[in-house]
Amino acid sequence: MSYLGLNLMLNLGLPTALATVAQMFVITVNDLDLSIGTFVSFVGCVAATWLRDAPLLGYAVLIGGVAVYALTGAVIYLRNIPSIVVTLGMLFVWQGLAILVLPKPGGKPPGWLHDLMNFHMPYVPFPIVAAIALAALVHIGLMRTSYGAILRGSGGNPSAIGRAGWSLLKTKVVMFALAGVFGVFSGLALVGLTTSADANIGKGYTLLSIAGVILGGGEFVGGRVSPIGAVIGALTLTLAGSLLNFMRISPDWQVGAQGGILIIVLAARAMIDQTGRRTV
Amino acid sequence: MKFDWRFNVFGKPWIWSYLGAFLVWLAAILFTHGYGAGGMLTAALALAVFSVIAGVAQMFVITLGPGNVDLSLPANIGLASAVAMKMMNGSDSLIAVGFLAALASGVCIGIFNYLLIWLLRIPPIISTLSASFIIQSAGISYGRGLQIKPPPGYAEFTSAQIAGIPFLAIGTAIFTIGIGVILHRTIYGRSVLAIGQNTRAAWLAGVSVERVRLGTYVLSGALGGICGSLLAGYFRGSSLEIGDEYLLASIAVVVIGGTSVSGGKANVPGLWGGALFLVLLLTMLNTFGVSAGVRFLVTGLVIIGVIVAAGGPRSVR
Repeated sequence: MSYLGLNLMLNLGLPTALATVAQMFVITVNDLDLSIGTFVSFVGCVAATWLRDAPLLGYAVLIGGVAVYALTGAVIYLRNIPSIVVTLGMLFVWQGLAILVLPKPGGKPPGWLHDLMNFHMPYVPFPIVAAIALAALVHIGLMRTSYGAILRGSGGNPSAIGRAGWSLLKTKVVMFALAGVFGVFSGLALVGLTTSADANIGKGYTLLSIAGVILGGGEFVGGRVSPIGAVIGALTLTLAGSLLNFMRISPDWQVGAQGGILIIVLAARAMIDQTGRRTV
Repeated sequence: MKFDWRFNVFGKPWIWSYLGAFLVWLAAILFTHGYGAGGMLTAALALAVFSVIAGVAQMFVITLGPGNVDLSLPANIGLASAVAMKMMNGSDSLIAVGFLAALASGVCIGIFNYLLIWLLRIPPIISTLSASFIIQSAGISYGRGLQIKPPPGYAEFTSAQIAGIPFLAIGTAIFTIGIGVILHRTIYGRSVLAIGQNTRAAWLAGVSVERVRLGTYVLSGALGGICGSLLAGYFRGSSLEIGDEYLLASIAVVVIGGTSVSGGKANVPGLWGGALFLVLLLTMLNTFGVSAGVRFLVTGLVIIGVIVAAGGPRSVR
């Protein structure tokens, strides 16, 4: 595998990995974010317009986006409502905002973003280094710090964490805010690579991010997730996408193939769980 | 403050959805100075039919309990619309064949969804999501370049109306009354409610949980198939995106109509209120002449507003 080829194939893995990590934070607290895809689109549209023309406004809007994510988490917790309905509503909110910011495909990301994403490192492709750094950072933060354990615990056993005196509202808000932050990074990375945006640029990321988390060994409930697994899962899905291209699978079946991969992984895991239970 | 709930209309959650529908209709006709008020209602009734059918499907699934939701409805509807049009092939004599084929495609999708949930033991959200991507691909591949018009008789049937009331709306109203009876008066319906309230208790009481679940996902799939074939007739042709708006619509109609999102409590009359509210809201936004972006934004905010208002404050233990 050549340096350039690997670089090309893995490049799009980085925004996917960032979106997957965002989804992982939400899944850790037993919720699901259906809006991450359109949020990435929205960030992409902002990055390709305001971030270049009026940087201060652009940064303010992106920080505002993270604040809305935190607020979403607070509302889900305080009103005790299911996250899928709320994030389904947010899916349309972000979609609407993205169309309002950038009605027609186009725009251009700021120069520094383009340079950053097209940075060529000697010997090792940049996306690999960035992905390793991302996995290590999130792993240390979520799996190795004491507050990270509290955060995971608030998904695994909320009442125990609550009785121990930790604020469950705060953990929910922190996790959703983190999802917002990584969603912003994902949108920025994506636009840095594609050099222009449109309002549907991140549409596929909702499925990809959920699939990546599950592929990487995360579970839907109980706060059992794996940041390293999630990053690897996202990269695997990206490579699988390229592989389907190489294998000349008709574009009609590309989406279906990704759904199929997800089902196969889940089937394999169900089988492993069964045999594991039998031997024990 | 103890009202008898039976006589306290405002205690019934679905009253609000009708009130909301009436208010947005009023806002729209005030804007047009009364012009087209009746036509607006006729169009709203015709479009609400599809949301109600998709809503009934989603209502049964959601009532099964937390985590149960059918995300494959839009793809199902899209595929069914293509299947119906291809089988009817523009000929009046093949209407029944096409309709049954669309129904069969929906039933198969329902069985497939259930098998994924049962065999792989994954939450229905993920299994219906992954199924929807496969169905979507099947739809793309099957419906490529498909531009078959519906048979003239079928097209006429889907848009026929009596005194300003669409024929389909009358049929669907009767259908929803039947659904109400099934839900509250049959063993199947009561089993669905019981499973939603407490699966383990229902199982201990002798409800065959898995069979009821299978039935519910098949019912949802079948209704998706019916919805798709009717849509193809009403909009004079099939398309893959025809079902796209029914993911949000089906869930929103259920939530706005007062069905509990955590399961175990369903509300049939609310489906109509919710569907009319959503359709009239879009009609109102269209008469105001807002852009697509604002339309998305407002729809999303309304859904969130309703669900936030419907949710209770967290009980402090």
